[in-house]
Amino acid sequence: MSLKPEDVKNIAHLARLAISDDSISDYTRDLSSILDLVEQMNQVNTDHVQPMAHPMDAQQRLRQDTVTEVNQRDKFQSIAPDVESGLYRVPKVIE
Amino acid sequence: MNKTIKQIQLGLAQGDYSSVEITRDYLTRIKQHNSSINAFITVTEEQALQQATLADQQIAAGQSTALTGIPLAHKDIFCTDGTLTTCGSRMLENFRAPYNANVIEKFEAEHAVMLGKTNMDEFAMGSSNESSYFGPVKNPWNTECVPGGSSGGSAAAIAAGMAPGATGTDTGGSIRQPAALCGVSGIKPTYGRVSRYGMIAYASSLDQGGPMAHTAEDCAILLQTMAGFDARDSTSMEQPVPDYCAALNQDLGGLKIGLPKEYFAEGLNDDVARCIDESIQQFTKLGAEIREVSLPNSKIAIPTYYVVAMAECSSNLSRFDGVRFGHRCDDPKDLEDLYKRSRGEGFGEEVKRRIMIGAYTLSAGYYDAFYLKAQKLRRLISQDFAQAFAEVDIIAGPTTPEVAFKTGDKTADPVSMYLQDIYTISVNLAGLPGMSIPAGLVDNKPVGLQLIGNYFEESRLLNAAHQFQLNTDWHQQSPEVK
Repeated sequence: MSLKPEDVKNIAHLARLAISDDSISDYTRDLSSILDLVEQMNQVNTDHVQPMAHPMDAQQRLRQDTVTEVNQRDKFQSIAPDVESGLYRVPKVIE
Repeated sequence: MNKTIKQIQLGLAQGDYSSVEITRDYLTRIKQHNSSINAFITVTEEQALQQATLADQQIAAGQSTALTGIPLAHKDIFCTDGTLTTCGSRMLENFRAPYNANVIEKFEAEHAVMLGKTNMDEFAMGSSNESSYFGPVKNPWNTECVPGGSSGGSAAAIAAGMAPGATGTDTGGSIRQPAALCGVSGIKPTYGRVSRYGMIAYASSLDQGGPMAHTAEDCAILLQTMAGFDARDSTSMEQPVPDYCAALNQDLGGLKIGLPKEYFAEGLNDDVARCIDESIQQFTKLGAEIREVSLPNSKIAIPTYYVVAMAECSSNLSRFDGVRFGHRCDDPKDLEDLYKRSRGEGFGEEVKRRIMIGAYTLSAGYYDAFYLKAQKLRRLISQDFAQAFAEVDIIAGPTTPEVAFKTGDKTADPVSMYLQDIYTISVNLAGLPGMSIPAGLVDNKPVGLQLIGNYFEESRLLNAAHQFQLNTDWHQQSPEVK
């Protein structure tokens, strides 16, 4: 399966990744060759096969809806790039 | 010869040396060799000596457990409170986790000593340890060659005598392949056996932590501590943990070993094949019965794996947004620019490739053709193993198609790198336990024998590997590290 440079730009946008214009042709080549590899999946018929999400088909465990975490805001925010008054700062979203 | 964990346990118990002394020995060895091998990203010398001092007090007070005072290295994917956890990425270059991974908690509870955090492929994505932001790891057997990946730093540290044991993680072969290429032993447990809490996620339905060491016996000792249910990992399995060490000495008489014919077909290096054949003969001498089995869907394991892993990684790595922790770009002009440039600068090429493929396969209209198709194939691959295990107790074969390759040889073509995992990947897709043990040398580079077991049958693998190691000396070979 062959991607076009515009496809790569769109995928990078969907994945919120800034990639340089110089690297687009390399990504186009590499991603296309990975998708060629992936295409081999179609050699095998999977009609009527149940998809497997968990190796032992385990069910999601449930728990009581109670508070289990303690408040560690200061500790967590000590590793944040930009905080103010206990809030994470980002560029203005709404004018 | 390098000391095993078993020998260090004995040395500490008999008072031949203290934990502080043995810890200092390893720290010295790290100082001597890490500049050429690059196995450690962070060395926690001060903390290690404090932990060793405390461990010596525990030993003196008669309160030691199996791992008290034993120095270990941890893959830099396990969160360690207060010290750096980089995951081999610029994204987390300055990240100090605010909590410990479950595995780290368990080692700390036993007063094991942490020597440092080992190098790895960025976010565990790689088979050669060349994708680390902190530079490639070199194979101690031949520094022109790769150590394998992604737990290459852990494998190289053990092989070079910089740690007697280490933790690793295995999503598609990341414990077994570097163990094979560096001549050490390593086990990937059953999915859900070891808690993933605090283990930075790559592909959540495949990721599993496990131990690496010189011997299967040491792996048993380490797994004993690492394994067990943890409510904080939603896929942790509520299964009792057996006594792995007690099972090591069972006789192998009558053990049925299956050789998957697909693992001995085209693509396997002749010299590696010869070493594996000799290892199988050794098992025959120990009383095992050998028979051929078939895993017919092996051929589509690699594409299936890469669809599952890349989709899950694109989802998992969306948390790195430059807002709460990790790398943030300078002067973002708006929120989208903040996300895009923080991620573009923070992630390396291979990580970006995988995120993009994942985003593509999960994008509107493609889900059925890719992720759902891969999950169906996963079922077929898993059923192949179930059929084989109806006839045999364990499956044996090569861990890798060839011995360690030269640094730079496969970086130009991502797909050629992916093919390195051809024998290890199916095991993750099926969620089975698998291990690699040293089984020979080709051009003075180690060969790995892979043993695969049924669900939760780690004991059987460790038992078979231990009996093999009682009768061979490949695990005792060590490289001359320059």
